[in-house]
Amino acid sequence: MEKLIADLKKQIVEALNLKHLKPEDIGDDEPLFVEGLGLDSIDALELIVLLQQQYNIKISNPQEGPKIFKSVKTIAAYITAHQTA
Amino acid sequence: MKTRVHVVGAGVISAIGNSQAESLEAFRQETSGIGYMTVLDSIHKNKLPVGEVRLTNQQLSERTGAGAELTRTALLGLHAAQEAKHDSGISSWSQWRTGFISGTTVGGMDKTEDFFLDFIQDTSTGDLGKVVNHACGRSTELIADALGVNHFVSTINTACSSSVNSIIYGARLIAGGKLDIVVAGGTDALTRFTLNGFNSLLILDHAPCRPFDANRGGLNLGEGAGYVVLVSDAVRKHEKLISKCTVSGFANTNDAFHQTASSPDGKGSFAAMQQALLKSGLQPEAIDYINLHGTATLNNDLSEGTAVKRLFGDTIPRVSSTKAFTGHTLGASGGMEAVFSVMAIQHQCVFPNLRFQEPIPEVGIVPQLQFEKGIGVRHVMSNSFGFGGNCSSIIFSAVKNDQA
Amino acid sequence: MAVYIKGMGAISPQKTWDDETLLSQAVGYRGNRLTCIEPDYNQWIDARTIRRMSRIIKMGVTAAFMALKEAGVERPDGIITGTGLGCLEDTGIFLMKMTESSEMALNPTPFIQSTHNTIGSQMALLLQCQQYNQTYAHESFSFESALLDASLQLEDYPDQNIVVGGVDEITEISHTVYRRFPVFRREVNNTLTLFESDEPGTIHGEGAAFFVLSGKRGEHDLARIEALTTLYKPDGHQLKTGIKKFLDDAGISPDAIDLVLVGKSGDATHDQETENTTTSFFPSSSIGLFKHLCGEYPTASAFGLWLAARMLQAHHTPDVVVYRDTGRALNNVLLYNPYFGTHHSLILLKSCRDTL
Repeated sequence: MEKLIADLKKQIVEALNLKHLKPEDIGDDEPLFVEGLGLDSIDALELIVLLQQQYNIKISNPQEGPKIFKSVKTIAAYITAHQTA
Repeated sequence: MKTRVHVVGAGVISAIGNSQAESLEAFRQETSGIGYMTVLDSIHKNKLPVGEVRLTNQQLSERTGAGAELTRTALLGLHAAQEAKHDSGISSWSQWRTGFISGTTVGGMDKTEDFFLDFIQDTSTGDLGKVVNHACGRSTELIADALGVNHFVSTINTACSSSVNSIIYGARLIAGGKLDIVVAGGTDALTRFTLNGFNSLLILDHAPCRPFDANRGGLNLGEGAGYVVLVSDAVRKHEKLISKCTVSGFANTNDAFHQTASSPDGKGSFAAMQQALLKSGLQPEAIDYINLHGTATLNNDLSEGTAVKRLFGDTIPRVSSTKAFTGHTLGASGGMEAVFSVMAIQHQCVFPNLRFQEPIPEVGIVPQLQFEKGIGVRHVMSNSFGFGGNCSSIIFSAVKNDQA
Repeated sequence: MAVYIKGMGAISPQKTWDDETLLSQAVGYRGNRLTCIEPDYNQWIDARTIRRMSRIIKMGVTAAFMALKEAGVERPDGIITGTGLGCLEDTGIFLMKMTESSEMALNPTPFIQSTHNTIGSQMALLLQCQQYNQTYAHESFSFESALLDASLQLEDYPDQNIVVGGVDEITEISHTVYRRFPVFRREVNNTLTLFESDEPGTIHGEGAAFFVLSGKRGEHDLARIEALTTLYKPDGHQLKTGIKKFLDDAGISPDAIDLVLVGKSGDATHDQETENTTTSFFPSSSIGLFKHLCGEYPTASAFGLWLAARMLQAHHTPDVVVYRDTGRALNNVLLYNPYFGTHHSLILLKSCRDTL
């Protein structure tokens, strides 16, 4: 789980081009949207693509996004629960 | 005194028909044009329904007299523009300062994406004939050249509000005394580029779209073109033309809220509608019909509905989104829907909003459910809103033809 | 049409920002491609917003912000952008990925940013400008249409301040494709000496130039735009009558033009005709050239307008611009921009010095 969280942070910084941040600056439980990192709905779509490309997990209903993408930890938990491999 | 701007001709092509007459018949019969694509090739062809024009490029070429190698965007545009020119009854426009203004978002992308199939293998390959007409302006010039318009040409790309902005620009150029006649509207072909783009935004419905319905699930893309012929009072009088209506009001605003999403309260769309009314000198209750932007995305319809409700209060006029028939034709939608609005005035009718079952709870608007004829339609508003917060509204008003 | 330039910003292959000396140290390029000298965008655009922006968006937004700063205007009353080819970089990224992946799992951001109106709408978002917002995408008439639109708007509302500009970018893909057409020279040793040899083909350029325009005369106006026209695919006769009509309508005789700033592109295919037209119409005017500085691209006339206005402001023609000097003081400048022999535009400018 720790490695997954560290990987995710790196992937998020890269995918969303968060040049002003280092991966380790993102807290495991820090809210990603609005108040925390300040991500928006376009970022949510990018995160959906990230999960598909890197973890082969498909989220077809974007309405699920806010729950899954609350923090890096919740994303990691979702990946762990849904990874088929 | 500044001249009024008259609509004297109109032309349209879309999934529901190749002319005004065919479109009117489809509205009357409630025949939607949404289905699986047969002309465009895509891995989504049996999954994502679209509003595709039922003519191949070869057929469009035969009907327009233009080369089949042209971009589909140009061929569709020429088809509609030729109808508009013919419909206007103007015998020759060479003696007038005539302009052609077209909106498009994809331009020649339909051919460029074919070029890329070869180009990504080896950058020295790919038929250059497929990219020469890539730029948005090229489709405009191909159409203008075929129509014989060379005094003024321009192209607008403000995403989904492109072609209504073309009509507004045309009306302003006539009112400002710069041009006498303007053919204005827009054209866009279906492409893999836009299909995949909208698919990546997860806003495409896998079923035929349901605008303004509580259970709507996104939009269907479409293709087509729509143009109107605008003239000044002087041209109308001199050429003895019948005015279908005037362009009485318009506004272009920006939501300045988000790159793709509309603000929840629809401040940009509210401002566009309100300012268009102000320009026309009309009160909200004078509007008989609104052709909604109504894409059937969760976000647009809620935002637009909220703005309509706020502006019109308890006396909301007849409203419908014709996108349930045609799909969302992006840069062409404003032009096509302008033609539909002009038809509503000319034929004194309003068009149904297909597949509606239940109003959006937050706004409670029940759109027009049937084709209805023989009602007074004097003033029609048409809305077009796009990515980047671009919001435009235009108002067409009936005119008495015995007035000189 | 009387439109006053209140402020300008340009990002170009020359050092056109933070430069007090107006092209005193012009930069020459080897090859056939000129690339913009760019400022540190982080000083102009917030880090959270800038992360998604492609180069053309950053160039356009920053040039507009420079213009607003010079004009002392915080929030304009409208934003009108001209771009011939739009956001090519994001278009290319999305096209490549879509083609390579056979339409699977595509990132939405390049698609969102691919439309031409992204530049103007990013400005609206950053400036919270909810008013008029328009984007013209008609190749070499894109900027001219934007300017004409602004002049119509300012005729009705002269007190408004409107941001108007032109921007285009070169990308690896666009340059690779363009090079396969015979429009660019294979190689130029130094672009500054472009006009010294007579060969077919021009050089590929890019840039962003934005202006804050108002219909109301002020104390610090940089120049006044008097008239504007476009001539679409004219034959030789139509070109001549078009230029004559333009001057007649503007109420100015050819000998009152002190300098003609001409968009000769170094392409022998069309330059001779351009030269003949210019010298026969304006025998007593000075002539300046600018496309060896910015290259050829659809909105190069925006760079030309920037240069013409700066020259009027400074009452000085930089040596690198001078082609024929008849020693006249600069009061009336005509920008004549031909584009590949088919598209021609004319913009007449007047000095704003000592006339208030």
